[in-house]
Amino acid sequence: MSEKLVIIGNGMAPGRMLEHLFEQAPGRYQVTIFNAEPRVNYDRIMLSPVLSGEKAYEEIIIHGDGWYIANNITLYKGHKIVAIDRTAKTVTSDHGVIEPYDKLVIATGSVPFIIPVPGHDLPGVLTYRDLDDVQAMMLAAQSRAKAVVIGGGLLGLEAAAGLNAQGMDVTVLHVMPTLMERQLDPAAGYLLQRAVEQRGIKVITKANTKAITGNGKVGQVELADGTVIPATLVVMAVGIRPNSALAKEAGIAVNRGIVVDAGMRSNDPDIYALGECAEVNGQVYGLVAPLYEMARVAASQLAGNEAAAFVHMDTPTKLKVTGIDLFSLGDFAEGEDRQEIVLRDAAAGVYKRLVLKDDRIIGTVLYGETADGAWFNDLKKKQTDISEMRDTLIFGQSYQGGAPLDPMAAVAALPDDAEICGCNGVCKGKITGAITAKGLASLDDVRAHTKASASCGSCTGLVEKLMVLTIGDKYNPAAVQPMCGCTTLGHDEVRRLIIAKSLKTIPAVMQELEWTTSCGCAKCRPALNYYLVCDWPDDYADDYQSRFINERVHANIQKDGTYSVVPRMWGGVTNAAELRAIADVVDKFEVPMVKVTGGQRIDMLGIRKEDLPAVWADLGQAGFVSGHAYAKGLRTVKTCVGSDWCRFGTQDSTGLGIRIEKFMWGSWTPAKVKMAVSGCPRNCAEATCKDVGVICVDSGYEIHFAGAAGLDIKGTEVLGMVKTEDEALEHIVALTQMYREQGRYLERIYKWAKRIGIPEIKRQIMDDAEKRQAYYERFVFSQKFAQVDPWSERVSGKDKHEFRPMASVGFAQAAE
Amino acid sequence: MNWISIGSISDIPRRGARCVATPEGKVAVFRTQDDQVYAIDDHCPHKGGPLSQGIVHGTAVTCPLHNWVISLETGKALGADEGAVRTIPVRIEGEQLFIALEALASRAA
Repeated sequence: MSEKLVIIGNGMAPGRMLEHLFEQAPGRYQVTIFNAEPRVNYDRIMLSPVLSGEKAYEEIIIHGDGWYIANNITLYKGHKIVAIDRTAKTVTSDHGVIEPYDKLVIATGSVPFIIPVPGHDLPGVLTYRDLDDVQAMMLAAQSRAKAVVIGGGLLGLEAAAGLNAQGMDVTVLHVMPTLMERQLDPAAGYLLQRAVEQRGIKVITKANTKAITGNGKVGQVELADGTVIPATLVVMAVGIRPNSALAKEAGIAVNRGIVVDAGMRSNDPDIYALGECAEVNGQVYGLVAPLYEMARVAASQLAGNEAAAFVHMDTPTKLKVTGIDLFSLGDFAEGEDRQEIVLRDAAAGVYKRLVLKDDRIIGTVLYGETADGAWFNDLKKKQTDISEMRDTLIFGQSYQGGAPLDPMAAVAALPDDAEICGCNGVCKGKITGAITAKGLASLDDVRAHTKASASCGSCTGLVEKLMVLTIGDKYNPAAVQPMCGCTTLGHDEVRRLIIAKSLKTIPAVMQELEWTTSCGCAKCRPALNYYLVCDWPDDYADDYQSRFINERVHANIQKDGTYSVVPRMWGGVTNAAELRAIADVVDKFEVPMVKVTGGQRIDMLGIRKEDLPAVWADLGQAGFVSGHAYAKGLRTVKTCVGSDWCRFGTQDSTGLGIRIEKFMWGSWTPAKVKMAVSGCPRNCAEATCKDVGVICVDSGYEIHFAGAAGLDIKGTEVLGMVKTEDEALEHIVALTQMYREQGRYLERIYKWAKRIGIPEIKRQIMDDAEKRQAYYERFVFSQKFAQVDPWSERVSGKDKHEFRPMASVGFAQAAE
Repeated sequence: MNWISIGSISDIPRRGARCVATPEGKVAVFRTQDDQVYAIDDHCPHKGGPLSQGIVHGTAVTCPLHNWVISLETGKALGADEGAVRTIPVRIEGEQLFIALEALASRAA
């Protein structure tokens, strides 16, 4: 029997602990996790790039749902543990789940500190801890209004830069005289302030917040000196404190955090704590490297190695704001017994300071030029006597030993035990060793095998240099992923050349672009067929032999070789005659299964291929056309009942949905397109996880796009707001056409949008009326050729050969 | 060999396939881009997918269910996958196609 391990919290520390634990003691524990957040484990260090729009949520997931399934972990998402019963050895969640444990790990992290000024609880005051906060900030940022960030530390500045990148007018309030005073000396703090201000962010230091005021929501921030700053959003980023309340209530020893020994064990021997909620030797930690070290220790302890112990370490601080390079490490206060070496280059914006004690580095501040951070960290960690190189030490590693080294040589000169990735504590030797031993050739491989550069990513450049040093030309970071094995060209290049060279058939593409196979493969042929259909709607003759079977026979193949048939129900609306016709088909063809789909349609499953034309003929008589449930094209437009019926409906969502569907059906797209129209923000049609969605409000139509609810789950982005149905249709059509022209085959809208960038799409569709009109017209033109019902074509005899065997043989002989 | 007529080459689209119904199941008859004709069992060695419904490229077909690529010449799975389907001899006389029924009979035995 495996022991029951229950974990409270699903952040980065327990996630890492489980990775180690499954490696060291596979199968020993049956793991249950309670996560107060409704999601999987993601990289919190990367929240700032998400806020600034440089990354998307799905890029920062550490463990996807598959990982939990593969490791047989029960993950309760959105369950907060409200009680620990140490006598019964159970935990209880706010949804009433009671789970027994043999070993319990508390990893509840930290809670943001809220300054208790008047108005701190007004709507519009946010903190900056998790993805919900980031999403709330991004939503608020859409107003392009004014924001105040209280706190000029690491988190506050990252929040400010992110909101600034989202187009907000941001003011940072910091109570101390210089920014990031805990990590930076005043000189570097000043340089940082100047760089922040150059981005258009206002900074007020020595700012003492007196109150947040407003009429029912945030309106302005008042300072003690009487200054009033208008703001519709206030982000409090003044610090965190360990989240130890639950442990305290359970009678576990708590000081600042949950008190644990060097083996991460609390005063209850079956309860461990790690992460930001834990206190070891009187210290609590907030940076990822020591938290990962705790994870390593806790995993070893749980695996039975009682010798594993946590040792305090200094961790370098880096600011994750694009364009600002900053590194700080150790102790840099001035003192009698200390000396310092300082380099300033005002023009280049570079400031470097080393604090020495007994000819050894004890502290480092680097601003503007941080490449030598790893080297200084190494010297400090090893307590290297630097008296020999003291004169040139500040110039960095390249200048030691005479001539300056190029950056590559500097990396080559690092010793094998030099730390490359601070977040994960990975040294150079481990990386180069893994590259050689496992034949790793891509950055992703190195990340997967060593974890180096897999957290904050700031050491990516170093890791790439190591890859070049180790495997040379075999590492090509700029390599374009070819479409398939038949060509070296990527999708984008092929699309560009199809237009540039006016290539209008698949053989022409293969000939001109030097395909290495005679007639392609099952990957490139459907892609090329789509690109040609999209780019030359009037000239290109659709090549059915290059389409996947579903699109060739206009039905969905099932595992047993039968097909499913989904007739179109515009906007999900049907009537008695249609339902009767479906019932008749079900009876006549003995359809084994009838099912309602997620897209508000009726699916008939288990139809023999030979029967398809007859089924379509019967359905066609009732007025049905193909529902394209098989197509890389417009699938469904889901609707709610809208203002016709619903007491909350603000617009005719059903009518708009039907109008969109009737306008756009039949169009081919890079991947399937599912849409929805909801009549009010209650969003019963679930428009905010669709490829394109509309939320009707009193004043008009909010157009959404780039949602996903399949392999990935992702809320939509807002494209913009329009006043009339006509405008809504025009914008949606233009957006779809832009996607049709730029998307790679099988790339869903949300992936395309991530690649192109949401702001660029908004610019072309919302702001550039001429572009929008041109996209719209190209779509309308291509619809002239696309809107032919494939079912009635086949009922009339097209592609007859598809639906019947060419011969029946052997039956007579078998009877003999 | 007992050659059985199954129809004309023009019954099959280039880079396509048609089925021949037999007592032991369907045989898929393929026509390549350059008019070579092959016959194999219409039954992918992986999960039994109907190979006749796949995309034909070169002298191979990609199964519509899980994208195994099967050689029309040998019946063997190409690439990393392992498995094979029975190949059936085909003869072309002018436009007319014949398959060898002994193969079918021996398979039934």
